[in-house]
Parts: sequence; C-alpha cells; structure tokens
Amino acid sequence: MTDAIVNIQKLAKTYPGKVPVEAVKGIDLAVQRGELFGLLGPNGAGKSTTISVCTTRSLPTAGRVSIAGIDVVQHPAEARRYMGVVTQFNTLDRQCTVWENLYFHCRYFGIPHAESAQRADDLIELFKLTEKSKTFVKTLSGGLAQRVQIARAIAHNPEVLFLDEPSAGLDPQTRLALWDIIRELRQRGITIVLTTHYMEEADQLCGRVAIIDHGKILVSGTPEELKSSVGAQRVFQLQLQNASSDGHRRRERGDRTGGLYRRARRLVAGDRRRGRRQPQRHFRKRNYTRVRVHQADGEGPA
Amino acid sequence: MTNYTLYWRSFRGLLLRDISVLRREVIPFLIRTVMNPLMFVFVFTYLFPKMGQGFQSSAAGGFGTLILPGLLAVGIFIQGIMATALPLSMEIGATREIHDRVMSPLPVTWVAIEKVVFSAVQSMLAALVIFPLVYFIPATPVEVHVSNWVALIAILIVASLVAGTVGLFIGTVVKPEHIALMFGIVVVPVTFFGCVYYPWAAMHNVRWLQILVLINPLVYMSEGLRTALTPNVPHMPAWVSVFALLIGLGVLGTFGVKGFIRRVLT
Repeated sequence: MTDAIVNIQKLAKTYPGKVPVEAVKGIDLAVQRGELFGLLGPNGAGKSTTISVCTTRSLPTAGRVSIAGIDVVQHPAEARRYMGVVTQFNTLDRQCTVWENLYFHCRYFGIPHAESAQRADDLIELFKLTEKSKTFVKTLSGGLAQRVQIARAIAHNPEVLFLDEPSAGLDPQTRLALWDIIRELRQRGITIVLTTHYMEEADQLCGRVAIIDHGKILVSGTPEELKSSVGAQRVFQLQLQNASSDGHRRRERGDRTGGLYRRARRLVAGDRRRGRRQPQRHFRKRNYTRVRVHQADGEGPA
Repeated sequence: MTNYTLYWRSFRGLLLRDISVLRREVIPFLIRTVMNPLMFVFVFTYLFPKMGQGFQSSAAGGFGTLILPGLLAVGIFIQGIMATALPLSMEIGATREIHDRVMSPLPVTWVAIEKVVFSAVQSMLAALVIFPLVYFIPATPVEVHVSNWVALIAILIVASLVAGTVGLFIGTVVKPEHIALMFGIVVVPVTFFGCVYYPWAAMHNVRWLQILVLINPLVYMSEGLRTALTPNVPHMPAWVSVFALLIGLGVLGTFGVKGFIRRVLT
C-alpha cells in the first residue's frame, strides 16, 4: 500500500443541522497508481461525500485523506493540481464554448497560452468533439456534456481522476460509449476512482471495487472475488438489438425486461431439469431483442 | 513552479476567462451601464432647464455639477453588484458551474477575490463610460476640478472594490430567485439614501437621517468622488471617505469571502 495515490484513513463526515447526518462513518481505503477503482453503493451510501472530501469540496469531520501524498485539508490547493474531477452535476462553464472550457481550464492550472490551446485542440480530437468545438456548452446533450466534462477534467494531466456517478442519467448507448472512454483513459495510465450504483458498471470497468452503504465499506475486492463470495456465478445478460427507437428502448428497460427475465429463468430451469450444461443460451424476443444466458465463471448451471 | 507562481497564473487564468466573456457582452454591458445615468442626466440637467424648470443648487455649476460624482458613484455601485451578485448567485445556486473555478489550484479565498477584482474593473470601466455623459449632456456647464489625481484614483479603486464586495456578499447570501427582490429592498434604498442626488452636508436639517445614512457605503463613494472631482460642492473630508470605504471593504469583504467559502465547500 506504499504506492497508494489516494489514501483515506478513518474518514468520517457528519453534516451539521437540526438532525445531523452521519454520511461517512470511518472509511479506510487505498487506491494504487494506475488502478480503476469503484465505489459501489446505493444512493445516500456515502460515495459522493467520500469523493467530495477527496476532491477538497467538503471538509471531513474526522480522519485524513491524501492525494499523491498531499493532505487535502492542510493543502487543498496543492492537492488539486494532481486530481481531475467530474461531479454528478454539469459544472461546465455555460458562457463558454466547448473549446474555451478546455482552454480556460488549462489556464486555471497555470499552463501558458500556446500549450493550453494545443491541449484543448488535442482533447477536442481525442474526445471526438471537433464538430462541437465552437458550440456553447448549454446546448449540448447530456452525453456530450459528460464527454466534455471528462475531457476538461484530464486537461491538466492529473494523476488521479474522480468520476462521481459518471453515467447517471445517460441512455444505455451513451453509457457504453462513456465506458469506452473510461477504459481508454485507464490504458493511458490515469488512476481512476469512480462511484456508481450500477453493479454492472463496476463489474465491467473496475479492477477493484468497494461496496459502501450507510457510510461504511462493507466489503472490497476484485469484481470476481465479490461475485464468487456471494455465489453469483450466473449472469443474465439482456442484449438489446436493433432498438431503433427510444420507444423500444424504454419498453425494454421497463415492462418488457421483467418478462424477459422470467423467460430466461424458465429456460435455465429447463436446462437444469434435463441435466444440460450449456455455457451460453440465446433466444429472441420479438425482432429486436436477444437474451443471452451465460455463466460468469464458465461452469454449467448448478 | 512555486505555489505563489501557480497561484498568480491561476488567478490570471480566472481573470482572462472573465474578460473573454465580458468582451462578448460589450453591448449588454454598455446598455446596463449607460441607460440609467443617460436618462437621468438628460431629463434633469438638460430637459428640465430647457423647459424652464429644474432643481436649484447653490453649488457652482448647478445641478449637473452636484450630481456628477453621485451618478459616477451609483454607476460604480450598481455595476459592482450586477457584475458579481447576479452571475455568482446563478453559478453557485442554479448551475453550480463555480465548482470548475473552485477546483483550480488556488485557495478558494482567491477565487472569491478574483470575482471582486474583476467586478472592480467593470465598475471603473462603467465610471469611464458614464463620465462623458454626465459632463457633456447638462445644459449648464459642469464644473469639474481635479486637484489631486492620486486621491481620485485611490477613491475610484477603493469604491469599485467595495461595490464588488457588496456584490460578492449579496451573491453568496441571496438565492437566484430572490435577486430581483433584493434589488427592490436593498439597491433602491441604498441608492436613494446614498447622497447621490444631494451632498451629505445638505441633510443637516434631518439630522437623524443624516446619521443613519452613514451605514451606507454609497454615501462615502459619492462624497469621496465629490471631494476629488467637484471640490466646490460641500463634501466630507477625503480621509473620512477613504477610511470609511476601507472599513467597508474589510467588513463586507470578510463576510463576502466567508459566505462564498460556506456556499462552495460543505
């Protein structure tokens, strides 16, 4: 744990008020350089508060947090040099264009004009924002705004990137595109700490996950370790194909999903009765949906 | 790069962003700066005398001379609030985009101070724009006499900074939906009792009010500019205006910065 870039020790945070709220109750956590670490938990679990303290936007009640060895309470301005942050809400500068958001962010970090302009250009290209470069950010869709926010957060080459529920509110297609971006950033060597309440997101992206609830870390480990610890060998994966309209996608996420899930269970139960051990099963639902049932660990149905 | 070098560069980056945005909004800036003094000066110092009516002033140069410093002061004051309170209230409360600047590698206090400094720049620009209007439009020639340029510049700078701190304070305290209300219950009384249209000394017949208005920073802005620009009109001593403005800067600045930090950090 000596190379931990994010070090959280006995972190506690209570929001004062008529009824004080204990959001975080003594968290210990260490994120190593190059890791993609996930904080997984339901709403109100304390994920965002933990991230807020790590990113100097919130003061802890007790405990210590250091980023790249710098105490975030004692030296917040210095600690901010080493981190990029994407908050849950859109904090893009509405009075500036996409390019200007990136350019001025670099200037805030003391980067000279020519280099800031070059970095803004490079990020525009990297994040495929060329067409939107001169667009004012207030007109961007949720997915595009999130892309710009991530581009901006890494514009000053931070060592660690905090993503607070990055895919919240995004449609499935945009979420997948976002996952690709996050994977790409990890390949570039940026340490990433993300919070999510989507188990699938943590499973797909993170090398290590801590499950947090009621302000405490319940368990942490790799997604495989966590899944095997609760006996979750089987995964029901619903792949939506040819979902050509929002209406279809909504139906799939809503009333249709329950029916598909029940049908998948019947299928697996039938396999089990017949003694079949199939690593993968497919069936189609109407003409746009395919359900794939497969084993997470490659073994047959129990 | 040392911490202080980075702080300075970061501070400059914040200023550059604000200047860039202002450059795009030159027309709205001019309209909100010019309209009020233009209408006021035109009606009361040009139209009224031409109609054979008008305010009587014992001051040399007439009513135009009397109100020139006051209109400059109120221009500085309103601009300070408009430049800080309105955007800040939105950026903190509605869009939360202030977080982008708060996350720059600069102490949060300096992010707040940058807002005040930029507001002061706008206030001084406003004064430059208003001056020719209030000097050339009145039907009776306005008598301006600057005997001490250092005092004038000092008062202009301190007054502009005070206006910015008032804006910072309001912007961090008032919710965006209540900003319009704030103009009604704070800005209007402050303007009318800010010795804009009359010198403070002339209020001696209403002694209680003359003392009460001393809590109003606009009084010292108007009187300070009267001292520097129209010394023939009754005015407070320059040191009183500067001293009071510095106290106001300290008090309002402290509350404004604390309010800012309280709003952006939890």
